[in-house]
Amino acid sequence: MPIPDTLQQQLTTDFLIESFEGLERFDRELLALEKGATSQETLNNIFRVIHTIKGTAGCIGLGRIESVAHVGESLLSLLRDGKIQSSEEIVSSLLALSDALLGILRQVETSGSEGSADHSVLLSRLQDLQSGRPAAASQAVAPAPEPAEENAAFGLFCDEPEPAQESAPQATVPSEPGSPEPQQPAKASVSESAIRVEVSQLDKLMNLVGELVLARNQIIQNVAQPDTAALVAASQRLNLITTELQGSVMKTRMQPIGNIWAKFPRIVRDVAHELGKKISLVMEGQETELDRTIIEAIKDPLMHIVRNSMDHGLEMPADRCAAGKPEEGRLLLRAFHEGGQVNIEFTDDGQGINVSRVKAKAVERGLLTADQARILADRDAFNLIFLPGFSTKETVTNLSGRGVGMDVVKTNIEKIGGSVDVQSSAGKGTTLRIKIPLTLAIIPALIVTSGAERFAIPQVNLLELVRLEGEDAQRKIETLYNAPVYRLRGRLLPLVDLNRHLGLKPKGSADAVSIVVLQADGRQFGLVVDQINDAEEIVVKPLGKQLKTLSCFAGATIMGDGRVALILDVLGVAQHAHVVTEVRDRAISSDGAAAHADDASQTLLLFESRKDRPLALPLSKVARLEELSSANIERSGSQRVVQYRGQIMPLVLVDQHVGGDGWDSAALQDPMQVVVYSERGRSVGLVVSRINDIVHESLSVQRSSSREGILGSAVIQSRVTDLLDLESIIRAADPDFYEHRQAV
Amino acid sequence: MSDNHQFCTFTLGDFTFGIAVQAIQEVILFQEMTPVPLAPATVHGLINLRGQIVTAIDLRGRLDLPPRRDGELPMNVIVRTPDGAVSLLVDQIGDVVEVEPALHEDAPETLEGAAREIVTGVYKMPGHLLLILDVTAAVTVPNSIQPSRN
Repeated sequence: MPIPDTLQQQLTTDFLIESFEGLERFDRELLALEKGATSQETLNNIFRVIHTIKGTAGCIGLGRIESVAHVGESLLSLLRDGKIQSSEEIVSSLLALSDALLGILRQVETSGSEGSADHSVLLSRLQDLQSGRPAAASQAVAPAPEPAEENAAFGLFCDEPEPAQESAPQATVPSEPGSPEPQQPAKASVSESAIRVEVSQLDKLMNLVGELVLARNQIIQNVAQPDTAALVAASQRLNLITTELQGSVMKTRMQPIGNIWAKFPRIVRDVAHELGKKISLVMEGQETELDRTIIEAIKDPLMHIVRNSMDHGLEMPADRCAAGKPEEGRLLLRAFHEGGQVNIEFTDDGQGINVSRVKAKAVERGLLTADQARILADRDAFNLIFLPGFSTKETVTNLSGRGVGMDVVKTNIEKIGGSVDVQSSAGKGTTLRIKIPLTLAIIPALIVTSGAERFAIPQVNLLELVRLEGEDAQRKIETLYNAPVYRLRGRLLPLVDLNRHLGLKPKGSADAVSIVVLQADGRQFGLVVDQINDAEEIVVKPLGKQLKTLSCFAGATIMGDGRVALILDVLGVAQHAHVVTEVRDRAISSDGAAAHADDASQTLLLFESRKDRPLALPLSKVARLEELSSANIERSGSQRVVQYRGQIMPLVLVDQHVGGDGWDSAALQDPMQVVVYSERGRSVGLVVSRINDIVHESLSVQRSSSREGILGSAVIQSRVTDLLDLESIIRAADPDFYEHRQAV
Repeated sequence: MSDNHQFCTFTLGDFTFGIAVQAIQEVILFQEMTPVPLAPATVHGLINLRGQIVTAIDLRGRLDLPPRRDGELPMNVIVRTPDGAVSLLVDQIGDVVEVEPALHEDAPETLEGAAREIVTGVYKMPGHLLLILDVTAAVTVPNSIQPSRN
């Protein structure tokens, strides 16, 4: 009886999903076997995967897969029964088998047929191994990787200079193809279109929906017979259920990051072989969950970073020995949740980034002048590697080093609202840290009004808000050939009038100007709006096809009153207003060299402790200035804390540390002036009595100090000002604060 | 087109138009709209249709008819398209009519402008003509008309 077409299709789809998962497990178990795992369980698992693929393929008429799997199965059964012993060669051949099967499966997925790739070399090699003979042509074996394969692995970097070069290194790639990456990123493959959700999760959703129906019934009843108290109760219930439902639905979309990491051990093994390096991969926090759309978006960038660390970061075994390090390099991947974001860290114990070479390269490429390079701080120099057209590796390998890598990684991470940071110490290693939001579907945003319409601005782009009132509104905004600018702490901030650029009629009064300071593509600008309303969590909805061409809007959302508000695309607005050019500038933008061109001087925040003592802190250490009510202070153990942006923030009374007084609640002003310092998502609030000014001074510390909490003193604005030793104060107040950092 | 003899009808000025009922999702009264700055002129705004954001296209603008007089509120005819629901703004909604295939004629070659792409046929009804619209063409907005910024 012929199988109906739709059933056949369903069977094939199920088979594909099952086989992709199976082969992933197969690779993983094989690597465990190679590392010395000898348990029967491992061998059974490996055998079972191929056995299942062979069986199912036979059932649904995929003869080619069946025959290839069959040869592998015979070898595996000998291995399982202990008739032959595992060797590196066997593992390599089996991995090649896995690649070959993967290749055919992909072919089935895209075209529906098994294709006609030649696997005879691989098959004869597997047969040779069964009979215990060393395979003669083992080096040249493995199915020749289809050219598409290698290209697609770098599909992210499609701006490769010459595609022709791509095929040249191909010939030198030994045995396995570089990557078992899915082929066409554009088309959702079967494994991407399906998702596994636990039944208990679905049950929970059903329960919540049931409650939602009850709440609706209550409200409908209430509309017929109004009763305010009951309505309030019902709307509270509705609120609760909605929040819970939102969380639960989000959870179904969450996937552990381990899903994409699962491929890494195999890649690390292959690449290490290829480069002649010894590398061990350690992964922590595989269970950390992320929205699946984000998982898709970061897959390629993560892969590139791993390759980059192996190629550039870790040294050859001989060099490592010479440097007194263990021969085997270590690559640590860590993922964890922190402050509503997902952090992913890549740490290697390699040679670190060579600052002088990076600078020299930047100068050579014309990204930086020699003078700029000389005074550029190390920390900023590391970030030069994210500039387009940058690569320090002398020899370009086919893995990385074409200089089109890290800038694309950075752009892609930033596109989804994330950030990348790199730290390195010479000879010891490099840590690359990525922070990404949990989801793109619901984002925190600032709501502003302009021309009677509301707009939402994603918080990721937001730096600060400035309001000019009365005379300031006219006086402080200057114009350069019709281009309005505002002096923000001594730097010119270009202003963009939202009304003018969107062709809206201004509605706000002229005696106050609200400026939203935004960052786009590393550049700051001020968006002038009629009114700043509030921060809200908004649900992002896409715009219709008719409006896709409008670069100024990223989407739309529905406000509490049911009206639609547009979400501004900050980069699009900046481009529309020509604040940033469409082609990315090759020069370093605000946070690069320009800001440090006169690094001998520093921007300082001046403030006073209670005894009118002038104190200063570098502004770079200040995350925010806040006014907090002293009524909000709570206690946690011996510490005073406040709830701040969903976190518990310890408070430090500056007087306590520089003056020796204890915590004196009576003397606290209300509201308190708090200087917030943040590191790695943790914050500490310094309570001071008055914020005075922000100055840009060239600092010469005149007198170093042995006093507690003070680094030294300098004359600033003709007053002797003490420079606060932030680290020692924080350490004294919260000994655990830096612990996290050292643990890394 | 040959099987579809049921049309949802509506008026724009003096004309009566029809869209195949299969393409219609629903018809709703005028809704508060959020205008979209910089959008093509025929895009009238965005409406919130039970949590879904729907683009409202002014059919008068699309068919080169004079704008609606102030105070006249249009109605939304929500149509299904491959890219999601789109609202077409019309003056008045009429009945769903079933027509004799024999009354059909192709649109005259002499139609001009946007109407030429959008009107696919005409039914000779007693007393008036029923102009049949192609939904895909109606919701396609030419992107060239971006108001320049001043």
